[in-house]
Amino acid sequence: MKQSLFEIVSNIQIAENVFKMVLSGDTEAVKKPGQFVNIKIEDGGLFLRRPISVCDCENAGGSGKGTLTIIYKVVGKGTEKMSRMKSGTLDILSGLGNGYDTSLSGEKPLLIGGGVGVPPLYMLAKKLISEGKKVSVILGFNKKSEIFFEDEFKRLGASVKTVTVDGSYGLRGYVTDAMPKDAEGKDGYTYFYTCGPEPMLKAVYKASKTAGQFSFEERMGCGFGACMGCSCRTITGSKRICKEGPVMEKEEILWED
Amino acid sequence: MGRLSVDLCGIELENPIIPASGTFGYGYEFAELYDINILGTFSFKGTTKEERFGNPTPRIAECTAGMINAVGLQNPGVEKVISEELPKLSRCFNKKVMANVSGFSVDDYAYTCERLDSCDQIGWFEVNVSCPNVHGGGMSFGTDPNAAADVTKAVKRVTKKPVIMKLSPNVTDIVSIAKACEDSGADGISLINTLLGMRIDLRTKKPVIANKMGGFSGRAIFPVALRMVYQVSDAVKIPVIGMGGVSSAEDVIEMMLAGASAVEIGAANLVEPYICRDIIEKLPEIMDKYKIDTLKGIIGGAK
Repeated sequence: MKQSLFEIVSNIQIAENVFKMVLSGDTEAVKKPGQFVNIKIEDGGLFLRRPISVCDCENAGGSGKGTLTIIYKVVGKGTEKMSRMKSGTLDILSGLGNGYDTSLSGEKPLLIGGGVGVPPLYMLAKKLISEGKKVSVILGFNKKSEIFFEDEFKRLGASVKTVTVDGSYGLRGYVTDAMPKDAEGKDGYTYFYTCGPEPMLKAVYKASKTAGQFSFEERMGCGFGACMGCSCRTITGSKRICKEGPVMEKEEILWED
Repeated sequence: MGRLSVDLCGIELENPIIPASGTFGYGYEFAELYDINILGTFSFKGTTKEERFGNPTPRIAECTAGMINAVGLQNPGVEKVISEELPKLSRCFNKKVMANVSGFSVDDYAYTCERLDSCDQIGWFEVNVSCPNVHGGGMSFGTDPNAAADVTKAVKRVTKKPVIMKLSPNVTDIVSIAKACEDSGADGISLINTLLGMRIDLRTKKPVIANKMGGFSGRAIFPVALRMVYQVSDAVKIPVIGMGGVSSAEDVIEMMLAGASAVEIGAANLVEPYICRDIIEKLPEIMDKYKIDTLKGIIGGAK
């Protein structure tokens, strides 16, 4: 983990209530796709930092300056304030969380993202493709106006299927409707990676035919393992989503309900 | 003996800065960030007889200038603290640490303290009779002077180390609880634990916290904490550790003027991981600004 100031390079709206911010600063602590940053939003009253996943990072792990891309949805006061920032600096804790492990992917990994769970899969897809793997992506959104990054994934060379719940674009339905029924065969997959709202993760868990990795979300205090605010139970004992997570292996997940 | 040094129940602290229990784990996470030996000491994660997962999530909520937590004393249990956490800590911290202990019965408190008593790394016990997040334990001992006295006596029987009782602000008369602890042999008082609070999510129209309520901490509670430290330190002869919303070197000085012999820093660690280091570095400059020679010399100076 590293605390440093990042400069806002750009901050634009890319879909309904969804913004993309590009930041310039010290990216040495960013090691893997699926990690997150925790952002301080200066505004007298706001207290906790806002944890947001890393969508892309140039010069990740390198010394000197790099750029960091984050995509966030405006849901409350903090993200609303962020969406209005056009320039200046942000105090950021970077390099948080374990991130996805690409060594387990096999030749044909499948990436499944829902809503603002899509961004971390972009950096992951980039890495997998650079490792010579054939990447398929399923992107799920509620409706057409909320779609983002479909073209960006295509430009990386991934095969992309987009679904919307209301059918206003692409296939109508849920991400699981677009998942191959079999892991074997021409349209099959060797492993999967997913990030999205919990009901989607549960559905993917049931529909998936291989091992895979899930990225979870939870309300966090610190984001770096100090407060135990975001703990969850797993097969192998309790884990902190911010520290031993947010990415967990399929076989260690214990669904609570 | 520097300008910042203070005495805490007979043990000299290089400075009065103590990260508060529950915001600093067992120390080693922060040792990756800076040399934690610069601290006065720190109070480790509240430890109980048995391992605890704590409450269901969500157990964190944002508030204006503060936060609510309902972690509920998640910890690995006293045996693992002794066999795993303390050995790990000894590799990055060579000062005495404060052992924060909680329980669900008088016997629990005594058992856990007795188990930890043989650990040389431990300098003080901070006995939490004020956790708002567990039912049938914690705070119930700190809201009744007789129960607080019983816990104090039971812990004093099993250890010669200084026993500091950590009190809840969720009471009508905190002074009477502090006095009951002092009369039962407590060597110090620390206050305040978090204030019982709540938030409701307008989208779901339900409490944000799964446990509905939790402990409110952060900058917003500083004036309440300061007032209680002032009242308690005026009424007891034993040292008082002040905490609650402390976020700057100025806040530390204010707490000490109110009567605190040392100062704990809690929620601020979670948003500013380097804050304790920064405050220690900043204190001499702020002392100069307000013409303060030594911190020891200002304790209770506002009275």
